[in-house]
Order: sequence, then structure tokens, then C-alpha cells
Amino acid sequence: MLFLYILRRIAWSIPLLFAVSIIAFALISAPPGDYITSFAATLSESGDVVDQARLDAMRERYGLDQPFLVQYWHWISNAVQGDFGISFEWQQPVSTLIWERMSLSVTLALATLMFTWALALPIGIYSAVRKYSIGDYVVTAIGFLGLATPNFLFALVLMYIAVVYFGADVSGLFSDEYQDAPWSWAKLVDLAKHIWIPVIILGTSATASLVRIMRANLLDELHRPYVTTARAKGLSEWRLIMKYPVRIAINPFVSTIGWAFPQLISGAVITAVVLSLPTAGPLMLQALLAQDMYLAGAFILLLCCLSIIGMLVSDILLAVIDPRIRFR
Amino acid sequence: MTAMAKTAATNSTVLELRNLITEFVTQRGTFRAVDDVSLELHAGKTLCVVGESGSGKSVMSRSILQIVDPPGRVTGGQALLHRHRTARGSDFDETIDLLQLDPKSKAIRNLRGRDIAMIFQEPMSSLSPVHRIGDQVGEAIRLHEAVSKKEARERTLELLRKVEIPNPGKAIDQFPFEFSGGMRQRAMIAMALACNPTVLIADEPTTALDVTIQAEILDLIRSIQDESDMAVMFITHDMGVVAEIADEIAVMRFGKVVETGDVYEIFEKPQHPYTQRLLNSVRELDHPSARRLEMRETRAIGEPILVSDGITKVFGSGKRWFGGEVKGFKAVNTANLELRKGENLGVVGESGSGKTTLGRCLQRVYEVTDGRVLYTNEAGQERDIAGLTEDQLAEPWRDIRTVFQDPFSSLNPRMTIGQIIGEPLVVEGKLTGQQIRDRVHELLELVGLPASAYMRYPHAFSGGQRQRVSIARAIAPNPRVIIADEATSALDVSIRTQVLDLLLDLQKRFDLSFILISHDIAVIRYFCDRIAVMYRGQIVETGDTETVCQKPQHAYTQSLLSAVPVADPRVRGQKQRVRYQEAT
Repeated sequence: MLFLYILRRIAWSIPLLFAVSIIAFALISAPPGDYITSFAATLSESGDVVDQARLDAMRERYGLDQPFLVQYWHWISNAVQGDFGISFEWQQPVSTLIWERMSLSVTLALATLMFTWALALPIGIYSAVRKYSIGDYVVTAIGFLGLATPNFLFALVLMYIAVVYFGADVSGLFSDEYQDAPWSWAKLVDLAKHIWIPVIILGTSATASLVRIMRANLLDELHRPYVTTARAKGLSEWRLIMKYPVRIAINPFVSTIGWAFPQLISGAVITAVVLSLPTAGPLMLQALLAQDMYLAGAFILLLCCLSIIGMLVSDILLAVIDPRIRFR
Repeated sequence: MTAMAKTAATNSTVLELRNLITEFVTQRGTFRAVDDVSLELHAGKTLCVVGESGSGKSVMSRSILQIVDPPGRVTGGQALLHRHRTARGSDFDETIDLLQLDPKSKAIRNLRGRDIAMIFQEPMSSLSPVHRIGDQVGEAIRLHEAVSKKEARERTLELLRKVEIPNPGKAIDQFPFEFSGGMRQRAMIAMALACNPTVLIADEPTTALDVTIQAEILDLIRSIQDESDMAVMFITHDMGVVAEIADEIAVMRFGKVVETGDVYEIFEKPQHPYTQRLLNSVRELDHPSARRLEMRETRAIGEPILVSDGITKVFGSGKRWFGGEVKGFKAVNTANLELRKGENLGVVGESGSGKTTLGRCLQRVYEVTDGRVLYTNEAGQERDIAGLTEDQLAEPWRDIRTVFQDPFSSLNPRMTIGQIIGEPLVVEGKLTGQQIRDRVHELLELVGLPASAYMRYPHAFSGGQRQRVSIARAIAPNPRVIIADEATSALDVSIRTQVLDLLLDLQKRFDLSFILISHDIAVIRYFCDRIAVMYRGQIVETGDTETVCQKPQHAYTQSLLSAVPVADPRVRGQKQRVRYQEAT
């Protein structure tokens, strides 16, 4: 039953991937003009003479004069084989540009997700079970502060504290000596030393909202008849709460994986700029501004894929947790 | 000494409540839900606690194990468990006051589910939807006894067999939502019996079930009690069930026990006026209403006004994406039925039999898959309203109106009573604002509500009063047919007759015809001239109510009627129960 469900769910994501790839491509070709136009604009701004023939030649070379569907086909058939084209701006293959940054982004996103869950789950349970206790009020107040503070501001404050009081190195994800070094155990340790600041910054507001979600869900479940049944059976308070209501209240929690991934990557742009993190966000922003369509397209496509994969993972997890879903 | 010998030789009181008080402390003040209750439970006997909604019987039962939900709190009294008088106890005196134990302590947790077990009303929500049946039942064993997982599973299988769940080997690994209501309640009972409790507290365990299933569950509880000499506290509002199973009765009202005694004594010589009233309203219900019979003398039943000509309704059928067809669920299967002018027609059947769907098809709220709905309007023209569009349905919809079951959710909590009753008139758009106001006041008076109700909101009214509002809303545009879908099911017995009498009075004044949909034979017998019995979407029998009730022809009707508990302890055990098995 479960196996069939997973198969069906995976089968469904294939047409979905195809659809988002079209949308991704349509989005990046939507703005008026193309890379050549903005390239020409940059040239004329710096006072160079723009040679129309050269521009046309470029356009032809990049295939920009061809109809939409042809361009799309060209792009997607190569993308499937891992070739995302050449970045106009960097004059490098998009895949090499993106790879390092994307993997760092995903690492950061995963670390943040784990941080968020590890904090939000126990705190949420605590503040639901001890509703209106002092602890609940304190957690709630901190949670609202976390929600209300803009990430970049929080980043600045935390950077200030880290630098002034702890003397930590706060910019980027690596120390200078490891910046361009190949991957090694020492580099990983270095990453662990740096990653906590962005993780805290990116994780706070998500944690705050998850605590609220968990609290509200659990409060709904705590007075259900099946909880009374379990209590009448003689289960201890702690075990019965963990086994029954938490198990059911956790459903929405799991569904957050779906949107947590793309949000952590695209929503973190400002923070990433402030902290000068070598992640995907800033590069994507730049690519979009410069109409570097292959680079931007690859980013958008990867983001969409991540959302779909996130949804897939959360759906499968939900089915594992809740039998009612897999039997439908 | 065996348990039997022990109880015979000595005092058999196993659980004793003394002056129990439970309070709900809120910001608006303290509300005493259980007020000075003293009761005794004897081994091998059943004590029925009877009372209407809000009488505190449920809270009382939960107070014993201290599992009342906050803000409720046991504030006084004793609950003495005489363990030495049970099979589990030793020979020396071992009396525990449950209320002295900390509600979270290990001491009381050890008693919960082992010495005293509980069954609850809603078999659907009382079991966790995401854990397997075997897990939930076996947990009770593993909590109290040091047994291995394998052993617990064996014992669970045995328990499931004991409560007559078919194919226990498969059922143990199923989830509650794969079970029917009756099976779920059996699983609940298996869970409660896991450790052979001395006392079983059953809080309305059959209220949410169909009568035939109720009869089976009652049989099951009784047979288990005979085997194990368990004391049972059975909480119910249904006097029929009480007459069926009680040895002793305690009647509760406003948190107090107003009367206790032997079952025969109370049914024959009730002392307290409240008990008398309760019994009267139950007895009154099981007979044709005198008011109705009198009315039929002067006013003959006329020609058919609303006819179901082979109505079939299929839900969820359609074509799949990749060929093939979804069969769908046939809720109503070729139903032929006619309602005559000035007549009360009862549709009876168990949950899922399609009676509500049929009612909605007749009103044309649902589209009909097949068949005709013939409605004869005031001018005497007969029309098939099955194929009409929404615009054309204005007239039938004004003439055929519904009163719903749940008086709490069928009234918009943000509208005043005046707005609720006036709404159909506003929609009709024929009257001016002032005329509508006058009409609403007239309607309020008709259904016996004070004029001051006009400006108030539904939450200020009791269930019975809300149902009156529902009725006023239904009769506002001068309808001719009213479909009352379980209109009295959510009400207490003493209010049921009042509401039914109100409907009869309105029939007399406005020449209405009624279709009363109900699972409760007593209500139908009181109110309806003719009855149609539905089973799995089909009408299996129709006829004059008294004839069908006394001499049912179809095997299903026979089984249904034989399962209805009779509110007289003297006839207990005399009635032969017929089980109906559909030929497959």
C-alpha cells in the first residue's frame, strides 16, 4: 500500500517537473529584450561604440533569434544531460558556476531545517502542554520577537555581537585559507565553525512560526477523546502525550519541509548579501539583474525542482506517519 | 477463595462514592458539575446512571479515575475502591480512596485500566486514528503486566476473539478507520477488558451506534459480566437501554443524584417528580400521539403531493483519466414512495441506509441520478421536478422545506434569531422589511418563543428552543411539505415530545404534510401515519405505522424492531431477537 502510494506520487512529479521547466524558461525570457540588449546598454553607458552587426552575430551565435519553443527545446534537452549552457556574464559553463554555490546552499538549508526542528518541536510541545504558564509566555514573547525582527537586521546585530564580544570571524562560510582549498576534513570543521551564525539567523523566524504551529495543533489534539482513553488506560502523562496527540499534531510540521527548502534558498538573499555568504541567493539575484538567462534559468529550474522534491519528501513522510493518507 | 464465593459470603460493594464534588473553576465563577454524589457499585451488578444532557453523569464517571479535563477538578468526597472484596485483592482489608491519590501519580495510574476500566461514547474519536488496533489494545496489557511483546499479541488476539471481532488475525493489524462503528466499539471493549477489570465504567457506549448494533454490544457486555463478576457503571440517557440491562438505577439531574434504587422499583414506583416525568415522556413516545389520531378524525388524508418515482442516487461515479469507470456508491436505489396531502410519513433506517439522501433528493437539493420526483403544487398541477434548473425550482423550494438534525450547527451563530427566521422571506423578496418583521414576530409566537428572542443570538437558547427556531424558519414562507431530518434526535427525551407536538399543532393550523426521517422507531410511532423502512438504499417495506410495527413483514424490519430496547424491565429477556443477514 505504502509502496504503491510512493510510486504513484513519484510518477506524478514527472509531468510536474516538465511543467515547471516550461514556466521557468518562460519566466526568464519574459522581460523585454535579452542579454544582448542589456549588454549593449552597458557598453554604451561606458561610452563604447555599439556595433549592430556584432550584436546580431552574437544573437545568432547564442540562438536568441529563434522562436521560444526552439530555444526552450535546445535548453531543456541539454539541461537534462547536465549542461545548462554558458553564462553570458561570466563566460563559464553554468553548471560549474552553480554547483559549488548550490551545494553550499543546500547544506545551509538542511542545517537550518534541522536547527529549526530541533528547537521548535520540544518548545512547541512544552508551550502547549504547559499552556499559560510562565514558560509558555516567555517562549511566546521570544517567538514573536523572532518573527517580527527582519533577518538582515538580526544578522547585523548578531555579527556585531560575535565580532565585538567573541572575536569570531563572521563573514562568509570559510576562513581565508580554506576559501579556495579543495574539500578536506579541516575544511569541513572550518565550515562548521562558520555556519552557526547564518543558521541561527535564518532559523529564528522559521522556528518561531513552527513553535506557534505546533502549539496550536497540539492544543487542538490534547483534549480529544482518544487522549482521555489513553489516560484511562493508565499511561503516564509524558508517554501518552508523546505517543498520541504529538504524533497527530506533527502532520503539519512535516508538510513544512515542502516549502522550507525553496524558501531557505531564495528567501535568504538579503541575509546572504549581508553576511557575504557564497551561496546561491546573491548569484541568482545578479544573474536576474543582468538578464543572464542561462544562469538565471538554471537557478529557477533548480529551485522548482527543490520545491517538488521537498513536496515529494514531505508527502512520503506524511504517508508514513499517517495511515489515513496512504489508504486513500 | 474464588471471586464468586467471596462476593456471596461478604459485602459485595467494590466501589463506593461518598459525597463526590467536582467543580469547574472559570473566570466567570465556579460551576459545580457534580454535587454531592454518593453511589455504590456491587460486584456482578450493573448500575445505570440516567440523566439528560448536562446532568453531570459523564463528569461524575471521569471523576472516579480523576481524568476530568481541566478546568474541571474534583474538590471533595471519597471514591473508595474495596480491593479486598475483588478477585484481585488479598484477604486483608485493602481500601483505597482514589481521590486521595495524585492524578498524575503512579499509584492511580496502576489502578486505571487494571482495576477500573472505561469505555467511551464515540468509538471513532476515542481510538487514535494513526495506531493499529492491536497496538492500542495490547498497550493496555503491557502497561500493567510484565509480558513480552509476543505474549501481549497472543492475549490481544484472544481478547479480539472474545469481543467477537471477525478474523482477529487480520483485524489486529488494521487501523480504526477501517472498522465500522460497532467493530470500533468492540475494540474499545477489548481494550477495557485487557486486564480483567473489577469495575467497568461505560459512558454512553451505545449512543452513537445503530439499534441492531447497540443490542449486540449490550449482549456482549452482559455476557462478559456474567463470566467475570465485574461491576458495571453504565451511563446512558436511554430508558430503554436502562430497562434492558440495569440492576440498579441512579437518576441524575443538575449534578445531583435525585433518586436511586432497584430497577423494578424505579420503573414501577418512581418517587422523585423528575424521574416520573422522564419515564412518562418515554412511555408516551412509544404510542401513537392522541393529538394526531384526533386530528385525522376531522381531516382526511388527501391525494399524493410528493412522489418518489424510482429515484436512484449514485455518488462519486464518473470516468477515470485513463479509461475505465468509477462505479460510485448507490446511496438510494430505485425508491418508490408517496407522501399524501396532510399525512405524516416516517422514513426509518440505520446510519448509511440512504434516508437522508432520499430526503434531499425529494427536495431536489441533490440532483437525481435516475427516476422522477413528482410534486403537485397548490393549483393541483403535477410536475416532475427532477430535471428542473435552479431558477425553475424557486416554487418547489418555497413549498418543500427542511428542519435539520443538529440545532447547534444548523443556525448561523452570527445572525440574530430574527434574521435567521426572516431569511427565507428576504430571499423570496415579496414582502417589505416591516412586513417581514411582523411575520417573524407572528412565527415566534406560533412556535412558542418569546418576542424578545428576535434580537438575540442562537447561543442564548437551549437545544429545544433552537429547534423551534429551525421550525419557524422552515414554515416562514408558508410551505406545504416539511422534511424533518432527524429533527428530534439531538434533543433530550422530555423535549422530544414537545417538539413533535408543536409540529402536529402546526400541521393542524396550516395543513402541512411531513416527512420525518429518523432512526428512532418510538418517535416515528408517535408522529407518523405511515412508515417506510430503508436498508442499504432500498425501501424494503412501507405501510401503516401500527401495522408495520406490530406485524413487520420484511426480515430486516423484524430484526430492526426486535433490537429496539423496550422501556420496561419486566419484558427483559422475553423478546426474541431476530438477526438479519442479507442474502448475498
